[in-house]
Amino acid sequence: MVDLIVIDRAGCEHNFKATPGKSLMESIRDQGIYDIKALCGGSCSCATCHVYVDSDTPLAVMSEDENDLLDGTSERQANSRLSCQITLIRGMDPLHVVIAPED
Amino acid sequence: MFTSDVLIVGGGQAGATAAITLRQIGFGGSVTILEATADLPYERPPLSKSYILGKRNFESNLIRPARFWAEQKISIFTNAAVIAIDPARLQVTLTDGRVIGFGNLLWAAGGTPRRLTCPGAKLSGIFTLHDKLDADAIAARLGAPRRAVIVGGGYIGLEMASVLRKLGHHVTVLEAQERVLARVAGETLSRFVETEHRAHGVEVFLNAQLRELHGTNGEVTTAVLADGRELPADLVVAGIGITPLVAPLLEAGAAGGNGVEVDEFCATSLPGIYAAGDGARHRNRFALNEWVRLESVQNATDQAITAAHAIAGQSKPYAALPWFWSNQYDLRLQSAGLNMGHDTTLLRGDLAARSFSILYLKEGKVIALDCVNCTKDYAAGKPLVLNHARLDVVRASDNNIPLKEALAS
Repeated sequence: MVDLIVIDRAGCEHNFKATPGKSLMESIRDQGIYDIKALCGGSCSCATCHVYVDSDTPLAVMSEDENDLLDGTSERQANSRLSCQITLIRGMDPLHVVIAPED
Repeated sequence: MFTSDVLIVGGGQAGATAAITLRQIGFGGSVTILEATADLPYERPPLSKSYILGKRNFESNLIRPARFWAEQKISIFTNAAVIAIDPARLQVTLTDGRVIGFGNLLWAAGGTPRRLTCPGAKLSGIFTLHDKLDADAIAARLGAPRRAVIVGGGYIGLEMASVLRKLGHHVTVLEAQERVLARVAGETLSRFVETEHRAHGVEVFLNAQLRELHGTNGEVTTAVLADGRELPADLVVAGIGITPLVAPLLEAGAAGGNGVEVDEFCATSLPGIYAAGDGARHRNRFALNEWVRLESVQNATDQAITAAHAIAGQSKPYAALPWFWSNQYDLRLQSAGLNMGHDTTLLRGDLAARSFSILYLKEGKVIALDCVNCTKDYAAGKPLVLNHARLDVVRASDNNIPLKEALAS
């Protein structure tokens, strides 16, 4: 399992274990945290699963599409990612995630 | 009699989103979803893409895992279809005779796919692609090589064509109009997409009318066009749109026709009764304030959020920017805004490079854009469409100038 520490938009911290192989987006959504809309179902076609991620281990390299979509948000930071594009891998934890403000 | 403070008819994108939103914004009353099929709320877009390709399982399509609904005290009744609404008594009647009461009703029942009506349309091997059962039924026939005829060159039909070609089947697309995507895209995009499908081996017949279907032993074998041409066909998929499922509402007296009319808070003309999603006809500021129905995840979601806020006493009007996406072969199509009423189109980029965007302008202001493998323009262009920004047409047509630097001075 992968340890996740997720801060939602209300500032509440959620500590939970997620299943490796799932995307970060699915893991947050399936935990019952409301703030992730993920309208395109994880196909990297929108930016409604935007999060800020801090990890000690390197994350999957960002695709050009993901980079472009993040560029289109007004809330981009250095650690911005689309959570649908991060597959959880054993050993990458703990992952510190803050859900970005709604665009 | 079972009664729910909020009763949601339809457990699709809109119905599920409304229930989730009600809990998110602190609504403490009872919330119940009535879903006509046997399935918990799931996402439809993958049905014509990764799901039918077998690359994504149904669990991944679920909008929330099954346990979520119980944790959130959201009741879901499956196999529960509403046939009548009594707006005075605040009750609905289900097909099995059950009567359920409500405080507020949200109608989010979507639509039913239009089916072929030509001679032979009842043969086996003929499908629509609207829900999981449809996708599973089509997938079950793909074990053997097929000669597929797809009726309708809209997004569903073209996504289906792409998937079937990827799986190696022979595919013909019949489009009744003179170009594919005629209802939603400008001519440049239509021709580009048509060319792509042809390059992937799809036969595209334009101005083509299906006259009848022939079969052997009850199984479809041949499609006959109006001009007499005969095409071998052992799999037929109709992607010819939906009919909004709103009859019980209209019979109860709600204003509407093609869909049910809602105001900017998604309220119907019946007190306490709201509607969201494919069936909700509304005045859209991105459609020059004309009445439209939008069949998209974006609209279903944002209208559901609007309705949930209104029901919870936190009204805020619907003003969301329409956006759409489609995936065909290695093409990522992304659109924002509605292009109706445009007087100018600008092309950025190169069709031959298969990465470009098309801007639709009205009186110098950008009202919509279609992007193909060009997420950069989509991301940069969305806020411009949202604000109907005035563009410098020379700079906006130059692909080397970032879109956000193409505003008119």
